[in-house]
Amino acid sequence: MTLPIALGILLALAMVVLAVMATRGKRSLGISILSAGLVSLLASMMFLLLAAPDVAMTEAAIGSGLTTFLFFFVLGRVRGGEHD
Amino acid sequence: MIKRLTLILLLAGIGSIFAGLMLDYTADEALNRTARYYADHTAEDLGAANLVTAIIVTYRGLDTLGEVTVLFLTAAIVGLVLAKGKRKHRKRLKRTLPPPGELLLTGTRLLLPLILLFGAYVFTHGHLTPGGGFQGGAIIASAILMLLLSNPLKRFSHRLISVVESTSGVAFVVIGAFGIVLAGGFLDNRIMPIGTFGELFSAGAIPLIYTFVGLKVGAEFSSMLVSLSETEQL
Repeated sequence: MTLPIALGILLALAMVVLAVMATRGKRSLGISILSAGLVSLLASMMFLLLAAPDVAMTEAAIGSGLTTFLFFFVLGRVRGGEHD
Repeated sequence: MIKRLTLILLLAGIGSIFAGLMLDYTADEALNRTARYYADHTAEDLGAANLVTAIIVTYRGLDTLGEVTVLFLTAAIVGLVLAKGKRKHRKRLKRTLPPPGELLLTGTRLLLPLILLFGAYVFTHGHLTPGGGFQGGAIIASAILMLLLSNPLKRFSHRLISVVESTSGVAFVVIGAFGIVLAGGFLDNRIMPIGTFGELFSAGAIPLIYTFVGLKVGAEFSSMLVSLSETEQL
């Protein structure tokens, strides 16, 4: 009983740290996008802990997979354009 | 200074609201009446091992139709907006693209069939294991995205994508309408035999409906990605 709660608190803290990295990170946009994707991945783990595997699957596929790649895709296009 | 103070006050306010919610929260001892009905009757009435799928596809099937419609509208609008800047010829590309790395190329060749297979597995087994049409469709679309990442100039047949999308959309509604005639109501899954609980071909029309939903969602996401990839004004 206590193990899932401890794991959940750990996940929540990691999500907060990653969210701060995603929004306030000054290093590069790539790292920000990666941290945003990791927030989604940890959120899907959180859903799994809360016994909602269907929601976890949606979050992992769309939030963490598709959106992250889409951001990278658009980032590449923006960098490749003349109006950078 | 004032801006920062307002921000802190705002955060404190939101924090106190959430803290109030958290402190008031007590876990329910028992399921409420609707949930109890679903939990008790799904297995024998619909034959679906996954309760969530039974609710999404059968009990609340009309909502799923609405969600699919919303997604369809989004895909159509994205296609409409991006169609303006569409690149007509491959030769008119103004800039040179960086070559994809060896890792991406080899990884795509290795993983693409596996990802497609996994997506198909997720939506055909929606009534048995977690997942279903939406998740499987998103997984299939991520395979398409991987293909686009490794080769940005790859062209997909828009015709094929729209044919898959419209056919599965029409099939979804037709199966739903069959439910009115042959069974209890719109999107009732008992138009086909329920079968043995826990087998692949069981739970009536649920695997069929979820296959069409998966194909439709996959085609919609793919059409969005493909039109995003083909536009030049970004």
